[in-house]
Amino acid sequence: MKRIALTLLLLGLATGAAWAEERFPPPEFETGYELPDTATPPPRTLTWERIDVAVLVLALSLATWLVLRKRSRRGVAWLGVGSLIYFGFFREGCVCPVGATQNVALAIFDSSYALPFCVLMFFVLPLGFALFAGRSFCSGVCPLGAIQEVVLLRPVGLPDFLERALRTLAYVYLGLAVYFAATGAAFVICRYDPFVGFFRLSGGFNMLVLGGCFLLIGVFVGRPYCRFLCPYGVLLDLAGRLSRWRVSITPAACVQCRLCEESCPYGAIALPSPRRDARARAAASRRLILLLVLLPLLVSVFAYLGSRAGKPLSLVHPTVDLALRVAAERDLSDAKASDETVAFRKTGETIVDLNVRARDRQAAFVAGGWWLGGWIGLVIGIMLIGLFTLPVRIDYEADRGRCLSCARCFPYCPTGHDRRRTLTGGAA
Amino acid sequence: MSRTSRRDFLRGLTLLGVGAATGVGIVRAGQDDTVWQIDPMKCIQCGRCATHCVLAESAVKAVHVHLLCGHCDLCTAFFEPEPIDLNTGAENQLCPTGAIERNFIEEPYFSYVIDEPLCIGCGKCVKGCEMFGNGSMFLQIRHDRCTNCNACSIGDACPSKAISRVPASTPYLLKSTH
Repeated sequence: MKRIALTLLLLGLATGAAWAEERFPPPEFETGYELPDTATPPPRTLTWERIDVAVLVLALSLATWLVLRKRSRRGVAWLGVGSLIYFGFFREGCVCPVGATQNVALAIFDSSYALPFCVLMFFVLPLGFALFAGRSFCSGVCPLGAIQEVVLLRPVGLPDFLERALRTLAYVYLGLAVYFAATGAAFVICRYDPFVGFFRLSGGFNMLVLGGCFLLIGVFVGRPYCRFLCPYGVLLDLAGRLSRWRVSITPAACVQCRLCEESCPYGAIALPSPRRDARARAAASRRLILLLVLLPLLVSVFAYLGSRAGKPLSLVHPTVDLALRVAAERDLSDAKASDETVAFRKTGETIVDLNVRARDRQAAFVAGGWWLGGWIGLVIGIMLIGLFTLPVRIDYEADRGRCLSCARCFPYCPTGHDRRRTLTGGAA
Repeated sequence: MSRTSRRDFLRGLTLLGVGAATGVGIVRAGQDDTVWQIDPMKCIQCGRCATHCVLAESAVKAVHVHLLCGHCDLCTAFFEPEPIDLNTGAENQLCPTGAIERNFIEEPYFSYVIDEPLCIGCGKCVKGCEMFGNGSMFLQIRHDRCTNCNACSIGDACPSKAISRVPASTPYLLKSTH
C-alpha cells in the first residue's frame, strides 16, 4: 500500500503532467470523510481606509482651528500625539500622503494603474488645506512629524547656509521618488521610510537603525526628516506659500521685541532684513542678475548629467535587472541560475521579448533622466539665488512655506499675552 | 473691481489645476478596492515570503485546497525527500515548524491540514507538492494578517513578480479543478 503513491508518482512524472492534470486523482472516500474547507479570511483594512479619510479631514480641520483661531500650542501638541497613536501605531502608518505622492506619479505616467480613491484623497486633502491655511497637516496630523516632535528636547539652530543646502535635499528626494515611481521601478519613499518600523514594532535591522539615528538627531535638530527629506513637505511648502490665511507670530502688531527670535526650532521665522547701504544693494542685484543668467546653464548641465545617469539608474527596475541576469547566464553556461531567471523560464517568455521590454524601460529612464536632472539643477540654482540675494522684510514673520504650524512661537509674543489679559479682564 | 493679488491669482490657478486633476482621478479611480495577492501559477517558492514581509511573522501562509489533494500516503509536501519512515516523526518532516497535521482517514489515504499559526510561509511544502504532487498546496497572503502596505515589501523582493493587487471582492487566487 505504501508504495502505491510512489508508483502513481512515477506515472505522473512519465506523462509530464501539470498540476491541473492531477497526478493523483482525488479519492472518493468510503467512510464518509468530509473535506475541510480552505479558510479565506476577508481583508481587514477596507472599511478602515474610509474611516482614515474621515479622520484625516477631522484632524486637518481641528489642526487648522487650533493654530489659526485658538492659537493653542498645547492643543496642537496633543493633536499630534493623538495622530501619532491613530495614524502611526494603530493604523501602522499606511497609507500616508507622503507615500501617496508616488501612487499619483505612477497613475499619471502609467494609464493602466487605477489610483485608489482613498489614496487620492490622502494626497489631495492636506494640499487643499495648505492652499488655504498653511501646513496644518505637518502641525498635528502627520504621524512621521509627531514622532519627531515628541523627541525634540534640546533644539539647536542651524546656520542659514546649511539650513538652505539641506532643505534642497528634500527637493532632490521628491524628484527621485517621482522618477522611480513614474518609471514603475519602486516606491522608494515607502522602502526607506525611517519611522514605519517603529509604528509596526517590526522591521529590517537597517531601517530601525536609520530611524533610530533620525530620532537621535531629532533630539537636537528639530524634525530632520520633515525639513530636509520629506518629499511631500516640498509640495506642502509650495502650496503653503500661496495660502489664503497664515500663521502670524503676533496676534496684533509686531513690536520688534525679538523675543520670538529663538522660539522656532525649525528655522521658519524670517528675521527682519538689516538696513543696507546703496553699494551693498547694487552688489546684490548684480549677483542676482548673474545667477539668473547662469540658471538655464545650470539646468542644462544637470539635465544632461541626468540623462547620462538614466541607464545606470535603470538597473533598479526589475525588468532591466532580469534581462541582464538572463544575458549573463546565457554567456556563462556554468553560472548558477538565480531565482529570478528560474521564474523567467517558467513563464515561457522569449528572451527577445524580455529584451524589448527592458529596452523600453531603459528608454523611459533616460527620458525621465533629462527631467530629473533639470529639476535638480533648478532647485540647486534657486537655492544659490536665495543664498546670495538679500530679502526685504520689516517684521518677524513665520515663513509661509517653511512654517510647520507647530504654534511654538505664540506664547513668546508679549503682544499676545497682553491681548489675552485684556480680553479676560474685559470679560470679568 | 476688487483687487486680486498675485498670490490670490496663483492660488486660484493651483486650485483649478488640483481640482481638475482630482476630478479626473475620481472618475478614473478603481471602482473596487484592491489588496495584495500571490498568483500561485507564477510562484516559484523561493522562500522570500517568509523573510521579506514587514510583519515579523509573515502575512503569507501555505493554504491547502483539499479538493485537489491526492491524500497520498507518501506526501512529498509532508515528508523529506528520503524519509527514514513514513510517520510523523520530526526527522521525517519537510516543514521546519511542523505546521502540517497528518491524519489517517482510510486505507490508503491521509489528510494534510495546515496549522496556520505555526506556518511561516517558507513554501517548502508547496515546492514538494508542486514538484511531485497535484499542487494542491500553495502560498497565499492571508488578509486577516496583511496590513495592505502601499508597496508590498515581499512583492518588491519577489523574483517572479507573482504578487500584484487584486480586487478586494475576490481577495484570494485559489487553485481550482476547472
